[in-house]
Amino acid sequence: MSTTTPSKLQKILAAGHFGVTTECGPPRSCDGGVVEEKAKHVAGHVDAINVTDNQTAVVRMCSLASCIRLRIMGLEPVLQMVTRDRNRIGLQSDLLGAASFGINNVLCLTGDHQSFGDHPEAANVFDLDSTQLIQTVKLMRDDAKLLSGAELKTCPQMFIGAAENPFADPFDVRVSRLAKKVAAGAQFIQTQCIYNLDKFKKWMQGIVDRGLHEKVHILAGFTPMKGVGMAKYMKNRVPGMDVPDDIIKRLQGVPKEKQPDEGINICIEHIQELKEVKGVAGFHIMAIEWEEKVPEIVERAGLYPRPKVD
Amino acid sequence: MIMAKAKPIEEIVDEIKDFKRILIAGCNGCVTVCEAGGMKEVEVLASALRMYFKKTGQDMEIGEISLTRQCDKEYIKELRDGIGKYDAVVSLACGAGVQFLAEMYETKPILPGVDTCFIGVTEEPGVWTERCAACGECMLASTGGICPIARCSKRMANGPCGGSSDGKCEVNKEIACGWQLIYDRLKVLGQLDRFEKPVSPKNWKTSRDGGPRKIIREVSRQ
Repeated sequence: MSTTTPSKLQKILAAGHFGVTTECGPPRSCDGGVVEEKAKHVAGHVDAINVTDNQTAVVRMCSLASCIRLRIMGLEPVLQMVTRDRNRIGLQSDLLGAASFGINNVLCLTGDHQSFGDHPEAANVFDLDSTQLIQTVKLMRDDAKLLSGAELKTCPQMFIGAAENPFADPFDVRVSRLAKKVAAGAQFIQTQCIYNLDKFKKWMQGIVDRGLHEKVHILAGFTPMKGVGMAKYMKNRVPGMDVPDDIIKRLQGVPKEKQPDEGINICIEHIQELKEVKGVAGFHIMAIEWEEKVPEIVERAGLYPRPKVD
Repeated sequence: MIMAKAKPIEEIVDEIKDFKRILIAGCNGCVTVCEAGGMKEVEVLASALRMYFKKTGQDMEIGEISLTRQCDKEYIKELRDGIGKYDAVVSLACGAGVQFLAEMYETKPILPGVDTCFIGVTEEPGVWTERCAACGECMLASTGGICPIARCSKRMANGPCGGSSDGKCEVNKEIACGWQLIYDRLKVLGQLDRFEKPVSPKNWKTSRDGGPRKIIREVSRQ
């Protein structure tokens, strides 16, 4: 896959290296220092940092402003955009603004329904869905056009990403769903957190069978478990999450104070196992409010130092 | 009343052209009132399609029926014995009727013959206009019986906006400004004090709360 944008992440993936990304959730306040502190923890150990966009439909500092902060720090952000809160006018406007600050990666998402968040009485927008947002970014970048057909004199140079959950039902549709996003223009995929490796490998085989791994870079998603409580919560309460019982048993098998370390060990073992799986192009480590552990995971998983590209 | 309008015949032709036997099923409910989908419209559409396929030389059998309502299983059941003769059904009911038919006859393609538009009224013969957005939390008591959600282009709860002029909406000079109507009616009612009271952000949970909405009336379930 060739390089089409100034994105460092794209260059690393195109060169055949494993890509490593992580994410920072902005604060529920206007304290920009929080984003910068999180970013400092991970800066040298990852290629790019996703900034979530009002994740779980909870109001937070906006992804765009947070990404600009990272850019000013000299880091490479991935702008996450959900279509829940803004219509096509707002989304395209933010994409132009992001590109003006040299933000060259975007992750196109539909977003969690507002009923899960802190403003369940909000009217949602969903003018576009994630696939349509992918199409929109591609249109702006490759055809220098807005959705209206109006021409852009300067185009946003975005490396276009999308999410996929290999564990959502129905399983049979998950490969087709990815194919659809690729057809729309997705160039990289960051997956939902993986705990069920067998099922992930089965999904990945479906991707490889259709040759999709040659069209899109797939970054396998990981969130280390902090303990049994988190594992049970993820298994029982988070929709679309597949946490096998052996993970819970393994965490239960160590004293409570050792469970975070065991969670990290599991995460590292899983990354190492998936490095051997055909089609896996990198790893997306979502250490929710545990960013300081990312360097250790990256180092122990044999993904450090990060490659340099021009 | 749910309002609908006929789909362009080319669109219907395109949906049915690969079949041989088609049933046109009307609905004698709302869509009959707005002259989009009752027995009369079934006959008109069936004739037009017969003429079209005769001209193109395609062999197409077209049946006609109109049910009392397509949003009640009791009436949909009436199709049970005859539907097997057809390859597909073009329903002239609103979108709810089309879906309810499809639910009951799950192996039969059920195609929409009308575009369902809105909840409205017969303003004058041949003119139907929107009155209700079915948002689930009615605020008509405080707005003089005129709905700002359905009738203001910006769904403003504290309008009018700055674009209203001569009582018309900035979007289209043919559209009455919903808030001008509200203001005028509150004046007539002697309730202008209501207008000055800011309305807080609306609870949209009853309108966009995720998935299809539902009403359960226990007493009717016995």
